[in-house]
Amino acid sequence: MPQQLNYLRETPSQTAGPYVHIGLAPGSAGFDIYREELGHDIAGPNAKGERIRVEGLVIDGTGSPIKDVLLETWQANADGIYAHPEHPGAVEDGFRGWGRVITDFNTGEWGFDTVKPGAVMGRNGQMMAPHINLWIVARGINIGLNTRIYFSDEETANTADPVMNIIEWEHRRQTLIARRSEPDGKAVYRFDVQIQGQNETVFFDI
Amino acid sequence: MKKPAEFYQRDLGRHPPAYAPIYKTSVARSPQYPLISLQNSASEITGPVFGHNDIDPIDNDLILNYAQPGEMPIGERIILHGRVLDENARPVPNTLVEIWQANAGGRYRHKKDTYLAPIDPNFGGCGRTMTDEDGYYYFRTVKPGAYPWRNFVNSWRPAHIHVSVFGTGFAQRLISQIYFECDPLIQTCPMVKSIPDAGAVDALIAKLDLNATIPLDSIAYKFDIVLRGRRSTLFENRLEGN
Ligand SMILES: [Fe+3]
Repeated sequence: MPQQLNYLRETPSQTAGPYVHIGLAPGSAGFDIYREELGHDIAGPNAKGERIRVEGLVIDGTGSPIKDVLLETWQANADGIYAHPEHPGAVEDGFRGWGRVITDFNTGEWGFDTVKPGAVMGRNGQMMAPHINLWIVARGINIGLNTRIYFSDEETANTADPVMNIIEWEHRRQTLIARRSEPDGKAVYRFDVQIQGQNETVFFDI
Repeated sequence: MKKPAEFYQRDLGRHPPAYAPIYKTSVARSPQYPLISLQNSASEITGPVFGHNDIDPIDNDLILNYAQPGEMPIGERIILHGRVLDENARPVPNTLVEIWQANAGGRYRHKKDTYLAPIDPNFGGCGRTMTDEDGYYYFRTVKPGAYPWRNFVNSWRPAHIHVSVFGTGFAQRLISQIYFECDPLIQTCPMVKSIPDAGAVDALIAKLDLNATIPLDSIAYKFDIVLRGRRSTLFENRLEGN
């Protein structure tokens, strides 16, 4: 950086490594240590809105599922409000909007239960389509990857979404859309992440 | 209404690139296309809030948090402490800091770790705490051992503690590793060598802090964590957020 000012500089990232579960999900690493692990309950019992499940795989450049991934999710409530003091508005008691999930060590499948978020006010008064922010870390990922999960049943909102629209390649926008199905009447969205290759998921520098 | 402030752009020249061939696992786990640059919205500026109800006071004491009553893990007793700051040198209070590490022999308590060094029955290997009002955090643990890993035939990780920090916005989310001053393995490590900037590597090395040791009890290392700073926003002709 050319500037000669006394700013501190961000601590460099290092990979979360193969044993990230010990620190962030020790029950899955094989031992119970904490009274409660964080990130299991995203929406809480009082959240308004449709209860949904989101599930998928994270696939590497050779086409194989990555089995040691940890994902974190960050979303608004059904009214489009984040549970954060700097976002005006109120969320339901018990709604944190943040989740932490790991993959099955054998299959690489992951999934989480939440409520479908509402549209969120974006920059310059433009509404952003409902979405869940996703952060992915794993062995071999040197700095966490940021992406967004949008919903296939929000076509009108997705088309107008200001973030979708800065992605120059229209076909790549499809990589951010989770596909809805309703097995047994419950809404399930499928979101497979391609880390690398021709159908690579769009990742953001936020 | 207060307008939340955006974060300074991340200086990616300070971080290891996604594709770092000397760290072989990164080769198939790195995006090929450039990241799409996104100006911050509420989705990036906000982030999860944690409270003291989420954790227990003993969670930051790795010497006691998994030990049998009356027993302790084997190893060099250390204090790891420091502050979480932002790039404006302001403390980040009440933020969650989580760590995990191998035991003194270099073995993780993880079903996927098969290194022949033994599991320590009194050591879990993880801890968590919240920073105080001044951004200060504190852990007590044992110094982790070096361990071999499959990268090159004879690759050894320097002693390190993994660390995860939140900050106040999801765009500040960071995971890194803390190394220890004067460890000759640091210079040989492919993960460390993936960082392009020597000054940035130094920022990952905890420094011996004799003043913070507890005499006849524990030696201390100090490590400050820096998260992205927030920009001043011009709003109704005055700066906010700084
Ligand atoms: Fe490690």
